[in-house]
Amino acid sequence: MAQRTLTTGGKGAVARVPIDPPARHTGDTADTDVGGSFTLYNGSSGTFLPVKEGNDVMATVKFDQASRIYPGNDTPSVDRLDIDVADGEFLVLVGPSGCGKSTSLRMLAGLEEVNDGKIWIGDRDVTDLSPKDRDVAMVFQNYALYPHMTVADNMGFALKIAGVDKGEIRKRVQEAAGILDLTDYLERKPKALSGGQRQRVAMGRAIVRSPQVFLMDEPLSNLDAKLRVQTRTQIASLQRRLGVTTVYVTHDQIEAMTMGDRIALLKDGILQQCATPREMYDRPNNVFVAGFIGSPAMNLVSVPVTEDGVQFGSHRLHVDRSLLGSSGNEVIVGMRPEDVEVTTNEDGLELIVDVVEELGADAYVYATPANPDIRLEGVGDDALAKPFIARVDGRRVPDKGSKIFVYPNPDHMHVFDKESGARLG
Amino acid sequence: MSTLQPAALPESVNDKTIAEPPESVKPRRRRKTAAGEAARAISSPWASGTAIVIAILWTIPTFGLLVTSFREQRAINTSGWWTAFGDPSAWTLENYRQALAPGTSASLSQYFINTVVITIPAVMLPIFLATLAAYAFAWMPFPGRDALFVAVFALQIVPLQVALIPLLSIYTERLGFGASYWSVWLSHTIFALPLATFLIHNFMRELPGELMEAARVDGAGHVTIFFKILLPLLTPAIAAFGIFQFLWVWNDLLVSLVFLGGTPDVAPITVRVAELSGSRGSAWYLLSAGAFIAMIVPVVVFLALQRYFVRGLLAGGLKG
Repeated sequence: MAQRTLTTGGKGAVARVPIDPPARHTGDTADTDVGGSFTLYNGSSGTFLPVKEGNDVMATVKFDQASRIYPGNDTPSVDRLDIDVADGEFLVLVGPSGCGKSTSLRMLAGLEEVNDGKIWIGDRDVTDLSPKDRDVAMVFQNYALYPHMTVADNMGFALKIAGVDKGEIRKRVQEAAGILDLTDYLERKPKALSGGQRQRVAMGRAIVRSPQVFLMDEPLSNLDAKLRVQTRTQIASLQRRLGVTTVYVTHDQIEAMTMGDRIALLKDGILQQCATPREMYDRPNNVFVAGFIGSPAMNLVSVPVTEDGVQFGSHRLHVDRSLLGSSGNEVIVGMRPEDVEVTTNEDGLELIVDVVEELGADAYVYATPANPDIRLEGVGDDALAKPFIARVDGRRVPDKGSKIFVYPNPDHMHVFDKESGARLG
Repeated sequence: MSTLQPAALPESVNDKTIAEPPESVKPRRRRKTAAGEAARAISSPWASGTAIVIAILWTIPTFGLLVTSFREQRAINTSGWWTAFGDPSAWTLENYRQALAPGTSASLSQYFINTVVITIPAVMLPIFLATLAAYAFAWMPFPGRDALFVAVFALQIVPLQVALIPLLSIYTERLGFGASYWSVWLSHTIFALPLATFLIHNFMRELPGELMEAARVDGAGHVTIFFKILLPLLTPAIAAFGIFQFLWVWNDLLVSLVFLGGTPDVAPITVRVAELSGSRGSAWYLLSAGAFIAMIVPVVVFLALQRYFVRGLLAGGLKG
């Protein structure tokens, strides 16, 4: 990795290469030499935009016990956050509103003070550096385009401040505009652009700088649903192409799942889990992660513990006793809607069907327990009204109001401690 | 602003120009009800009719002054201005020629230049200082900021008349300005700063903070943010305040009279016009012409910048 060749002004072969292999960068495998004939690239030099000389340091990001306490608050908004982001990785910070994800991003940008701990970019301690010395570019939720400047001036502003010469600025702006399909709009003012175009200008402003790290703060939340899905894919593929380390904030778990190499889920300023989307889905660390990731959400039911497992309605599930050793009389069993076995035999938890959502191939059954004492655990305030959701074959759906019995597929069930919510086994 | 107008007659003109668009002012008062209500009020023939009548009534004295300024001295002294239309022989440009002719004791041209020299720095200086102060108050957190801001705005309560004599004694005894432009430049700046800071601060506060943050991440320091981002966006607010301050300084009599007296090489045109009517009340024919000469620049400035003025007043809507 040390032998990285800088591709200054890299057009042509090296430049276009990263488009084809959308290889997911995961930590140390980030820089596999594709086919051996191409120059290695890293976060900054992998762009086909001209790159600053001497910028071949690893653009990793490291939150080291970083905390932020707003003045006048007792509890920290971000509590001893520990995240390592590999060079070229796309990390998504996700969580419900007020969980500290934006604050964490702003701490990394230098817009928010770090009260405790440290933040590293590459091997530089940036904890006390001002934003301009961090070599990061940020895309804001409301884009924050300078209203009095043309698109070209908006994109070139950072370079102009940095004292890059005019020809070079124009060249880089042109190239970025080409990537983002903005060439025709360079002389317009932001107010003459549509929402999607403004969003792309905000992206362009970040790309032009070829920074060490991209920071994105819910950049899609102001777009309409259709455009959001399109842009989501575009941003993800652009990031793979440029290979720039990216930290992306969103409250939308679907965005997190689809875009991120890894996801960091925060709640109340505390990191719940940081893993790949697959792992977050398959092995959630605790009840909160289980309920947050996945749509529709995972079903979580408190059930009593027996000698050799747990009692799920009338169905006995075998669970290794040693796992349940420390927990009390009850545990929480979780299962995704697709991992629910639905039968009409009296085997399992008895439910009454409320609503059936037909999706064609599949259908989702929304049901409530027949026994009102059984409560479904859930994330957030809607826990009381939370229905049990099961995915069934679209051709064999139960009728509304009918009785069904459910139990989890034992290979894909999750068991959590009732008290702490932590995963057991 | 407590306005002491230079003379009774030009006042009617300035008030007229400010009060002229009652079509847009009146409905704003009713905005409480609904936007549709306001729209109906604008198109109401009664409102338009009333506005026109008021506009005519307010304009008549000014018009009379204008007619007077073109009449011969003899005619002015013997008959009312409305009789001028029946007697075309009495029309003349002689009053203007005399008022502007250089070298004569009655000449206004030197005073006119003095007014320009006084006005320009007295408008620029408070704008410059107030935008800087407003930036700090709006976007730089420092201990005691809010208290200080309230204190600055509270200065607005102090009537400037109270400060005149102490200031004069500081200027002459401590600073040795005497009757120089510095004394009026400084005084006008001092009197304007609280309001200017307040207005510009409020406008600046309305700008989205993300803009400043984006600029900071883009590598801008305070100076770059101020000049490259904020100043261009503040144009409407600065123009609006600039017009206020320009009209106030240009038409000011009190401050100039106190600090400059009647000294011909520094005194502004307002002082001279007041003298024409006061110390030699017989020079009516010169007074009317002089008033119009003094008035022409503010009218032009106001008309040229009024779109900023309106935008400046409605400036909250700039967001996004």
